[in-house]
Amino acid sequence: MTPAAAAVARPTHAPDEVLLGFTRALRAAGLRVTQDRAQAYLEAVSVVGIGDRRATYWAGRTTLCSGPDDLDRYDQVFESWFLSRGPVPVGPPQETRTVTTAELTEDGPPGEGEGEESLHAVASSTEVLRHRDIADLDPAEKSRLAGLFATLQPRAPHRPATRRTPWRRGEVDAHRTLRRTLSRMGEPAEIAWRRRGTRPRRVVLLVDVSGSMSAYADALLRLAHRFATAAGNVEVFTIGTRLTHITRAMRQRDPDRAIVAAGETVPDWSGGTRLGEALKSFLDRWGQRGMARGAVVVVFSDGWERGDAALLGEQMQRLHRLAHRVVWVNPHRGKAGYQPVQQGIVAALPYVDRFVAGHSLQTFAELIEVVAHA
Amino acid sequence: MDPVQSAADLADRLGKTGYLCDEALATIGFLALRMQRPLLLEGEPGTGKTALAEALALAQDVPLIRLQCYEGIDASQALYDWDFPRQILHLRALEATEHSLDAAAAEHSLFDERFLLARPVLRALQESPAVLLVDEIDRADDEFEAFLLEVLSTYQVTIPELGTVSAQQPPFVVLTSNRTREIHDALKRRCLYHWIEHPDLRREVEIVRVRAPEVSEALAQQVVAVVQQLRNGVDLLKPPGVAETLDWARALEELGVRQLDLEVAAATLGTIVKYREDAERVRKALDRMLAPA
Repeated sequence: MTPAAAAVARPTHAPDEVLLGFTRALRAAGLRVTQDRAQAYLEAVSVVGIGDRRATYWAGRTTLCSGPDDLDRYDQVFESWFLSRGPVPVGPPQETRTVTTAELTEDGPPGEGEGEESLHAVASSTEVLRHRDIADLDPAEKSRLAGLFATLQPRAPHRPATRRTPWRRGEVDAHRTLRRTLSRMGEPAEIAWRRRGTRPRRVVLLVDVSGSMSAYADALLRLAHRFATAAGNVEVFTIGTRLTHITRAMRQRDPDRAIVAAGETVPDWSGGTRLGEALKSFLDRWGQRGMARGAVVVVFSDGWERGDAALLGEQMQRLHRLAHRVVWVNPHRGKAGYQPVQQGIVAALPYVDRFVAGHSLQTFAELIEVVAHA
Repeated sequence: MDPVQSAADLADRLGKTGYLCDEALATIGFLALRMQRPLLLEGEPGTGKTALAEALALAQDVPLIRLQCYEGIDASQALYDWDFPRQILHLRALEATEHSLDAAAAEHSLFDERFLLARPVLRALQESPAVLLVDEIDRADDEFEAFLLEVLSTYQVTIPELGTVSAQQPPFVVLTSNRTREIHDALKRRCLYHWIEHPDLRREVEIVRVRAPEVSEALAQQVVAVVQQLRNGVDLLKPPGVAETLDWARALEELGVRQLDLEVAAATLGTIVKYREDAERVRKALDRMLAPA
């Protein structure tokens, strides 16, 4: 390796320009490089000295990366920027997903359809829409349904907390009783009680976005968005040929923007399904470390497994041992004549606590109840 | 003790305490010291995140102050608390001895530093230079992160009854996370980030030799070779970390083993794998690895 690599690579630029340009290239490649991080990077490089290329590499990696997902991209950009190998990668793919929009003609803006009769008609058509299978809806109906998602109010399930909180009965709260007594200069006071409080349980949503589920993907993500914004401690992943963590995208308040953001993050829309492998990487990278421990895990999938069903069974067993409850949501469950005979579902079912339907808004509302009481 | 001069100097000093680090970790540790930034370490369990903080404290000859995070931890467990029973005793003692009790003076004497229970973060500020280890930050709640962020950006704490405590020299802060959840970006931005990998074969042998000097070179070589193969080649639920390698080497040494063979390996398997499914797989893999050549 040659010393002073950065200066040699672009001899006509000042070193700090080269370094700042590098941070911009990283930003273009999808790393979240903020101004203060770039500042820290410059400071770090000045500490180790710009002549030491390996040290500048580590200085950048420690100040500009914020997770293991960033490391590969950092390496690529570093190589192409300082070593001029290959083009500077740009990503994640900025594929603009077309969000189907339609004019709000049916339930329209207020003042358009006057009279009680039309109001009544709207209400009942909404009620019908709640029960319709999402896969059969046309774009206009879908956009109306999207508005109805706001009516869903997911609630987090609860678990007993370690800490005690004041309550009107339960066990004696010696501390508080004593303090009350002291405040009355030693005069015996009322006895204070306490009990174990409750804490929201974590909810983990694994949404299958493979080809066979594509008709439901949009609706499921909207549901996931409701969960992520309303129910507190919620983590969302998509599974398909690979696993993608989309909680950050789902935290945006506006559902449409959240879904566009998720679309930009997820690389494997409508691909194949390797449930077993995706589940394994979830458990290896997140679940076993603690995310699935004691959590309510909801898998949204039709159970079409392209990979090895035995692996799926094994991973489901593992998940079942870690999680508090495993809920499997299958859009076909609610349809007449459905039999759980697909390889994947057969392998997974022994390790599922609740197997519920998920093809319409009504079934989503039922799912929310199942999760809230899990 | 002199300040650390360079990354190589830091690696050298850590090496003397028995912690062998690679170039990357040495560079980043040096940067963190120089830039007075907290160091956020992530990585598989058993890669020596906590051990690094201990070694850093030892290498600089400063106290290590540890704050273990857990769900529901709050400022009174991390920062300070008033020693309530002693305050009451003090009041009673005042009553018993002095009859002309001035209320204001008595109250003032209650909030004295001797009734203050300094919890880890406050202790680190008071005793600095020190190494403050905030272990498993991902277990704490979001609110606690925000609180920590406040302390880490100013290195001072205000106690309403006493005043502001600020560190003469900011303590060296090491945060570790197992990634059970994503740490908030604001906190990450304050820190230098490093992902610790498992060590390679040569380094792991060195680590075993330094940490368990009683184990013979040949045995250490064999043990590490098997563990490395298990880590990389066999699909395990929980791949063994360096701590497990050390346990295994020590266990074999205790048994007086000179040469690792299938029988002994199978008998001492419990030191490196902790899952029944893994044990099955490791047994099969061992058959392949330790088959009589």
